[in-house]
Amino acid sequence: MGIKLLSIKNKFVAKCLLLTSTLALSGCDDWVVMSPFGDIAKQEAFLINASTVLMLVIVVPVLLMTVWFAWKYRASNKDATYEPGWHHSATLETVIWTTPLIIILVLSGLTYVATHRLDPYLPISRISEDKPLPDNVDTLVIEVVALDWKWLFIYPEYNIATVNEIAAPIDRPIQFKITSGSVMNSFYIPALAGQIYAMSGMETKMHAVINEKGVFDGFSANYSGHGFSQMHFKFHGVNDEGFDSWVSKVRSLDNQTLNHQGYLKLEEKTTGHPVTYFSTVGDNLYHDILNRCVDANTVCMDKQMHLDKHRAKNAVKHKE
Amino acid sequence: MSNNYETIYADDRWSPLFGKLSWDVIPFHEPILIATFLAVIIGGIALVAFITHKKAWGYLWTEWLTSIDHKKIGIMYMVLGLVMMIRGFADALLMRAHQSMTSSGGEGFLTPHHYDQIFTAHGVIMIFFVAMPFVTGLMNYVTPLQIGARDVAFPFLNNFSFWMTVGGAILVNVSLFIGEFGQTGWLAYPPLSGIQFSPSVGVDYYIWALQVAGIGTTLSGINLLVTIVKMRAPGMTYMKLPVFTWTSLATNALIVASFPVLTAVLALLTLDRYLGTHFFTNDLGGNAMLYINLIWIWGHPEVYILILPLFGVFSEVVATHCRKQIFGYDSMVYAIVVIMILSYVVWLHHFFTMGSGAGVNAFFGITTMIISIPTGAKIFNWLFTMYKGRITYELPMMWTIAFIITFVIGGMTGVLLAVPPADFVLHNSLFLIAHFHNVIIGGVVFGVFAGINFWFPKAFGYRLDSFWGKVSFWGWVIGFYVAFMPLYVLGLMGVTRRLSQFPDTTLSGYFNTAAIGSVFITIGIIAFFIQLYVSYQTRDELRDDNGDTWNGDGRTLEWSTSSPPPQYNFAFTPRVHTFDTWWDMKKHGYQRPTDGFNAIHMPKNTGAGIIIAMLCTIMGFALVWQIWWLSALSFVTVIIASIIHTFNYDRDYYIPVEEVDAIETKRTEQLAKGGIA
Repeated sequence: MGIKLLSIKNKFVAKCLLLTSTLALSGCDDWVVMSPFGDIAKQEAFLINASTVLMLVIVVPVLLMTVWFAWKYRASNKDATYEPGWHHSATLETVIWTTPLIIILVLSGLTYVATHRLDPYLPISRISEDKPLPDNVDTLVIEVVALDWKWLFIYPEYNIATVNEIAAPIDRPIQFKITSGSVMNSFYIPALAGQIYAMSGMETKMHAVINEKGVFDGFSANYSGHGFSQMHFKFHGVNDEGFDSWVSKVRSLDNQTLNHQGYLKLEEKTTGHPVTYFSTVGDNLYHDILNRCVDANTVCMDKQMHLDKHRAKNAVKHKE
Repeated sequence: MSNNYETIYADDRWSPLFGKLSWDVIPFHEPILIATFLAVIIGGIALVAFITHKKAWGYLWTEWLTSIDHKKIGIMYMVLGLVMMIRGFADALLMRAHQSMTSSGGEGFLTPHHYDQIFTAHGVIMIFFVAMPFVTGLMNYVTPLQIGARDVAFPFLNNFSFWMTVGGAILVNVSLFIGEFGQTGWLAYPPLSGIQFSPSVGVDYYIWALQVAGIGTTLSGINLLVTIVKMRAPGMTYMKLPVFTWTSLATNALIVASFPVLTAVLALLTLDRYLGTHFFTNDLGGNAMLYINLIWIWGHPEVYILILPLFGVFSEVVATHCRKQIFGYDSMVYAIVVIMILSYVVWLHHFFTMGSGAGVNAFFGITTMIISIPTGAKIFNWLFTMYKGRITYELPMMWTIAFIITFVIGGMTGVLLAVPPADFVLHNSLFLIAHFHNVIIGGVVFGVFAGINFWFPKAFGYRLDSFWGKVSFWGWVIGFYVAFMPLYVLGLMGVTRRLSQFPDTTLSGYFNTAAIGSVFITIGIIAFFIQLYVSYQTRDELRDDNGDTWNGDGRTLEWSTSSPPPQYNFAFTPRVHTFDTWWDMKKHGYQRPTDGFNAIHMPKNTGAGIIIAMLCTIMGFALVWQIWWLSALSFVTVIIASIIHTFNYDRDYYIPVEEVDAIETKRTEQLAKGGIA
């Protein structure tokens, strides 16, 4: 039932909703958040519209009442009734509490359903509103590393890596695995999908799909230091051929390997880092970045945790 | 200039005598700072010369700086808020000007090093040293008067709390000229604020300024909480408390329960930075998510600490200026309590994008929305107080109408941000910036100006000039909309916060509009100071002889006193029989007693508060620069001074009955002159 609410079986209602809210948020053709190019972001934009319309149901009357009462009961208007002792009405107070309650109930339902449906950890369930997910879906995995102050992207399937540029074929599901080699950042491509934090030693995930060809802006949406303003990149939505030629461009243009040594150099602070391609990637690089052991002298976090677990177990045994 | 600060602050130079302090840390290479510094020095010298010329040092010391009178402390809090507002607003103007220049492709005039300090300082100052002093000042002044008390429960503590807040403010301002401030954003998220990524003293200034001020805030919260619980006039049960006092009670309960969390989380960050622990670092088991959770467990109640007292102000203003009892008092009180409790279970909505599961995000999204129900009920209550009222459009009422309209819009965008998937696209964007300025300017700032205009006559005995008040009002209201509506649009265009450079030059129109808005707000602020000056000059025409300033429409006990009230507030402790006590007393033909006075027991002024607080400030400064001997010395002196203070038995005195009699007789004459018997 709730799912239906979002998938909008009733096209007429959907159009009315969108029309009203477009009026409310007028002229939003170049407002990328409101008219994005990926299905996830589109659903998020629709949610903004729907919640806004829902709230306007109560906000507009309140604003009108404010202006009306303020005008009508001005002291100079002696025609207006004046009842200094009137301060309670059970009916009115019930209305006062229940009206927002009803709106919030509906909005909560919408929120609950939408939050579960648009959970970034969930694989996407459709390509777009009118395109279901094909049976043999082949998800493109992109590993994302936030650095000071640039973005490193690793394509494990193709064994290539880039800095400050990514591409993905349209209508192919993408899974981003996101971490940081430095401070906390937020990985955000407004045209594609909502953002999620990139944190060191941890991995967040985001699933999305781009539905239209184009070059879109991506950036860090969480302040991360002096080079933060230049920490942006381009996301290319391309067709399958375009993607293949982009991959071969990365492979051929700059025949360079991003190994552990290379990463430690890349990790150094730079501002406005140029787009860089790496034709091959060293083994386990992303794993070692995530587990903070690119430097050969450090122990990987997963290994350390494993050791700690055993040590704790042994300690308990020893006590017994 | 360029990057030399990186090397200046990052190196390990340290001397036993001066710690990390050296001539290099004075920012001689920043012309803006040097000019500001000179202006501050010249202004400071002028002020000192003026006070010396007027031979006012003694008066200032005995009557104000050492005063434990809640009314004077309240006024000093307001002065602190106003002074710091100039500083915080100057930061805002710099940011608006810089973004306006860079959005059209220019270089701007601020380096990232400077710009990043400015937005950090702007947030810290506006919340901790503008909004908090304003709110605390109003509560300090008004609450004891509303409950019929002669002072707060712990008068010395009140003075000490104020000076601790000043101490924090001093540290923030010192960082402008000696060293630098944090470049982390106003909540100093690690690992960026950790020693690895912020090796300089900026974050240390942040930590110690907030620790010193935070102790002040916590103590002042305890003080007012105890005052309201223990010192209400006989007969004033909880359901007869004025609404402002109720909000004050809720706010101080929130302060007492949430500020210790801030103190603790900053202490953990301090351990990370000073002793090399790993609570929030990337490596060795640290986890920054812990910090972010903890700081918002304080931070979200903080939002309600700021707004609740202003809800109280609006309730008093609406009832008074509509000449009508507040509509739905009981539901108003329940709404306050519900908001107070719910404010503890919503903190995660500040970081839906941190990767929690859908269940967690949905829970916190929905609890956040639930807060809008009692808030909505309050808005309706104000509206239905206006309904069938007689509204006089004095300045406080104008601010209130502007508040209702603005706050409803801000509330709506707030609920929108509480929908987690909507937040995924709007989080950290300029939409968010527009939202919280919408509620903080529309709610807190408008409320503070409503409160100042409302109670200024009570505090000083004359009203504020209404012409300049209106100029200030329109400057602020128009300025707010012009400055922040474009930010909503920019947020919907995917522009994020804290940027100093922009790749896209098509956005300059919006940034320029926002900059024009900030000019309107400048006019609003300047007009306010002109309003104060003009009112002082024409104070004889604006004189309030009655004490019941607003056409005799006052409803609560503070309006039963003279303007300004005598130091003891009430010659006789009032008896309370109903809600809206003073309105009720007037209705029943209350006669002010003119004889039979008693001597009044009062607390005595003490210099201990300012002395101990300034020692704490010195200790904070020494810790920032790691001057260990000075830290230890000032710490020991703080302890010694506190112990000495406990041996001060000369703490109270009686105002002799003759003096009370004289004051009250003068009051009788004043009332007669005002045409009231």
